[in-house]
Formats: sequence, C-alpha cells, structure tokens
Amino acid sequence: MSSFFPPENPKPAPQAADTTLMVQNLSVDYLGRRGLVRAVRGVSFDLAHGETLSLIGESGSGKTTLGLTLIRLLPRAARIREGRIVYRRDGDEFDVLALKPEELRHFRWKECAMVFQSALNALNPVLRVSEQFDDTARAHGTAHMQETRQRALELLKLVQLDPERVLRSYPHELSGGMRQRVLFAMSLLLDPQLIILDEPTTALDILTQRAIIDILRQLRQEMAFSLLFISHDLSLAAELADRVATMYAGAIVEVGDVYETFYRPQHPYTMGLIKAVPTVTGDMQALASISGSPPDLVNLPTGCKFHPRCPYATERCRQEEPTLVAVAPGHLAACWRSEVSSSTFQVAS
Amino acid sequence: MSSLIGLDHVSRTFRQGNRIVKAVDNVSLNINEGEIVCLVGESGCGKTTTGKMIAGLLRPTGGEVLFEGQDIWAMGRDFKRYRQAVQIIHQDPYASLNPVHQVSRILIAPLLRHGLVANQEAAQARLRELLGIVDMTPPEDFVDKYPHQLSGGQRQRVSVARALTVHPRFIVADEAVSMVDVSIRVSLLNMLTRLKDELGVTFLFITHDLALAKYFAWQGRIAVMYLGRLIEVSPTPRLVTDPLHPYSKALLSAVPEADPQITRTKQRVQLRSLDVPSLLNLPPGCNFHPRCPLFAEGLCDKVVPELVDMGAGRYVACHVVAR
Repeated sequence: MSSFFPPENPKPAPQAADTTLMVQNLSVDYLGRRGLVRAVRGVSFDLAHGETLSLIGESGSGKTTLGLTLIRLLPRAARIREGRIVYRRDGDEFDVLALKPEELRHFRWKECAMVFQSALNALNPVLRVSEQFDDTARAHGTAHMQETRQRALELLKLVQLDPERVLRSYPHELSGGMRQRVLFAMSLLLDPQLIILDEPTTALDILTQRAIIDILRQLRQEMAFSLLFISHDLSLAAELADRVATMYAGAIVEVGDVYETFYRPQHPYTMGLIKAVPTVTGDMQALASISGSPPDLVNLPTGCKFHPRCPYATERCRQEEPTLVAVAPGHLAACWRSEVSSSTFQVAS
Repeated sequence: MSSLIGLDHVSRTFRQGNRIVKAVDNVSLNINEGEIVCLVGESGCGKTTTGKMIAGLLRPTGGEVLFEGQDIWAMGRDFKRYRQAVQIIHQDPYASLNPVHQVSRILIAPLLRHGLVANQEAAQARLRELLGIVDMTPPEDFVDKYPHQLSGGQRQRVSVARALTVHPRFIVADEAVSMVDVSIRVSLLNMLTRLKDELGVTFLFITHDLALAKYFAWQGRIAVMYLGRLIEVSPTPRLVTDPLHPYSKALLSAVPEADPQITRTKQRVQLRSLDVPSLLNLPPGCNFHPRCPLFAEGLCDKVVPELVDMGAGRYVACHVVAR
C-alpha cells in the first residue's frame, strides 16, 4: 500500500489554522428557460495554504460555476441559494459572499486571481501587454508604476518569456501559449494567496502544454499560493494536484489525496473516468466507457444522481442521495457502497 | 498495387495575401485495405489538410492522391464512385449536421440521392439498420429527433451513420471524438473499431491525442506530422514504446498521463526552443532543427531529411537517427 505513495512527501490533511479557503454547503442555481438549473449543489471543501486541489468532472458538472462563485463573477441569471465561502489570510477571515462591492474589488486579484479557459478573450486586444499590467496595478491602488514595471519584468521572466518584447506586444502578436503565460504572470502581479485556473491548457499544443505545466510546478515551489485547478483532463490532475475532487451533477462525489484517488478510487463515477482514459506509456489497456449520458441538470434523477449510469446501483441509490463519508484518512466518497465499507474502516482504525 | 489509398509526394499550398503557406509538403504514404492508420501532430501540422485531400475535398497543388493506384483527380466519371467509397467524419458534430433536419432526413437523403434504396419503405428499413449499427437503439427513439435534441456523443454517432449510408470502404475520421465527453469517448472508439472488423472499413484517424491514437490504432500504424511533413511512420506499439524521431520522442515524453506515478516520473526530452516556427517562415533544412536536441550543424539546417526505411515497417525522416 505504501509503495503507491509519492517520493515527494504527501501533504498532511489541512488543519484549520493553515486553511486558506473553506467552502461550506454552497448551492448555485441558474434560471434557465426550461426551469431551475441546479449547477452547484451543497458543495463543501477546504483548501490548505500552498495546496493544489484539482476539480475534475465532465462538461456540465458544475466545476466552472463553482470557480466563478468563489470570486463572485457569476452571470446575472445565477443565484447563490445558500452556503458560505470563508477566506483566511494572516489570521483574518471573512465570508466572500458577504463582501461589499469595494471589498470585493480588493478581494479579486489581490487575494484571489482567476485565469480562464480562453486566454485570447481575457486580454484586451487594443492594449499592449505593458498597459494591461499597469491597468491591473492601478485598479488595485498600486501607485508606483516603476515598481509595477519591475515586478512585471520579473514575473514574465519567471514564466519563461522575453519580458521586454512581450511587454511591447499586443495580444494578437503572441501565440496562444505565450498569451496564457502572460495571464499567469498577470495573475501573480498583486501576490494573491489563491489562484483559480479554469482549463488553462485546453486549447494548447502538447509541447506548449508541457511548458505551462512545468512553469506552474515551478511557480508553486517558489511562491506560496493555493491553487484550485479546474479541468476535465484527468492527466493534468494526476500531474499537478495534491488532492483531487470529482464533481458530478453539481456535487462533489469524491475527494482525496491524488494517489489515493487514482489508485483506490471509491466512487463508481471516479472509477469510470479513470477507466475511460488511456495512457500513452505501457501496454494496451482495456478501457470502458460509462454507460448512458450526463444528467439533465433541470430534471435531475432521484436519489444518487449517478444511479442511472452506475453498475452498482441498488434500490436505496434510486431513493436516497448519499453524502460524503470518510473511506480512508482524508479520503471521502458519496456512495452507499462506501458507507458500508467505511464502517469497517472506522472500526479498524 | 495492394494499397487502397496512396499519397504520392503530395503537397498543398495556400495563398495568404501575397505570401504562400505550405500546409503539406511532399507527403507520401500508403494505406492498405482493412488497415488503421493514425495521423498525429500538433495544430497547424497539416493533418487536417492531408485528411481533406485524401477525402477528395481539397485538390493537392503537387503530387497525386491515388485510389487503388489511380489518380483521383484524373478519374473523370469514376470520381463519383471514389466519393462514395471515401467518407469523412468531421470533428464538430454540432456544425456538421443540418440543425433543421431530423435524423431520418439526414440519413435518408444520401440513400435516395445515390439511388441506394428502391423506395421509401426500403429507405426506412435501411435507416433503422444504420441506427442499429451505431448503437442508437431502439431507432424509434431517434428518427424524429433534431440534432439539438441529441447529446454530443449521439450526434457523432449520427455522423458515422451518415458516412455509412453509401457503404464506404475508407473513412477519414478527423478528431472525431475530441469534442465528446471523456466518459463516452471510448464507446465511440469501440464502435469505430467494430465497423472496421465487421464491415471491413479502412480508417485514417486524425488526432492530436497520442493516447487515443495508441488505443485506436494498436493493430495499425501511427504517422507523425510536423509543420507539413511526415517525420515518422511506425507500427503503433513500436512508435509509442520506442519512437525514433526526436520530435516523436519529445511529444511522447511531454504528454501528461492519467496516472500520478507515471506522469510525475516520466523522462522528459529537453528542447532547445519552445517556439514553433511560423508556416510563413519555415526554417531551412529539417523543420525541427531549431528545437531539436540532436541538431547537427551544417546538415540539419541545410538538407531536408527524407523518410528512411529503418526496417520492421519503421520509417523516420532524421539525418542523425538514420545515420
């Protein structure tokens, strides 16, 4: 069992004191034409200081909505039904959902920066990169242009770009990978404690993606920020995450250490995802799809939302929705099967 | 000539303003009946252009596309026969199906157009059969649906069924599963594999995803393209375990894997540069030389390497490796 564990030391479960973010029972709905879309349903998780948590799941699982809720960038049609997002820095703590507009502006970017899927759309096409750095700094009350400039140069070098050239460029003069790296640099400009990355490498080529992953790893070692990494791509989670949370139909159905999750997945959906993805290294593997299709968020199934696709579904699964329970230290799963085996785990420990 | 499809020194250039872009440069490749070949490479490497030329949708600006040894652009009347024998499945099932036509109309139109069924009744029967082949059962649930009422995976199945209407011998699948959710990708791939086994269809599978290429073409071959040129062709198991070309090596080593232990301990190939040269301004000699760790000055930057037979069905276009 211990042979699975990494050469790098596995992070201990987060303690309350070094927790950057605590999300408690968060639910978000959209008002759609067909009715209420339940995009995020009762999500709770903690993010420790300096930790990387990867949210995995297919399109429509609520990952992006969850990310947007954390910095309150939801579109108008969305409504936060309930929940708390507690953010901590240096002993202070506050609920992000209770912030006033001015406080929220400070929170965004200075405390928490988000980098979106499409770097092409995130940069202003008619401003040079240098002006966008200046704008960001000015908007957040950093008056020293000289300092900003210096910081921008350092950060661009850190993401392996030619700083002078890039600062002079307009976004269209940069490749997709370069733009994505500019955004990383910009997100770090005000030294935030929390960074949310939403599919940051999806549109990039393999070699560019590799460069970005390596840069992210290096940044994480050199700077102390927590990272919430949203991706449908399991391999990125395997590569970057300390912990992995699987989302299905708006809820977290499993969360645990990355090695635990990949080598001893407990939720049938996580198992299914892992079995559906081939690896390049090694022999031919038997792969299997998950039967059926992702759920209709307006008209969710009763009981466990995964039961129509689950090979282990029982009558109980059709009636009652399971909640997250511990199946191993720091490893939670929302599945009635785990509930049975977890009682043995609790006795054994 | 035993090959079904042949590319004989095929090139394709595009005009951009008054500049010329070489999208595909001197590519030769034979695909045998019943074989699966995967064309892999990064965006802009010319794999889609190559696929379109094979499907007869684009005319090469140099070289010949051969179907059973015959140049498809010199076929005259037989060209129609070729068009039916070769079908293409596009990447985006949201864009490739007419949004205002029901599934039944999408599938029956080509049957009637090519006179493949005698009457409406036969068309209805064939419609049901086709939906069965692509695992859309029972057919009654799907015939009256419009594309927007189907999931991405189901739409892609309709695209496959449409390609099958004309009894093709060869299918070009261009990133056919990359827009489909991970959990159902494998079932689509397995369905395509079954078509190969049961209907004897030959496949060219175009993808940027090496793991998918490995899974789908394990029995076949992988051809790697870089900036318009074919740089390595090998049987799939050899290519993924022991790639020859430094670019293939770099690609394979760079792919993140869905296994934390493997992905964090993989040996990486260090490139000399991260920048991909522009197609408008390609480097002289080997396209890969400015990034290549094996770069030999005076050779790689002067002479374009040809594909060299390395034995056991492996071909590589690299001066240093072939030496």
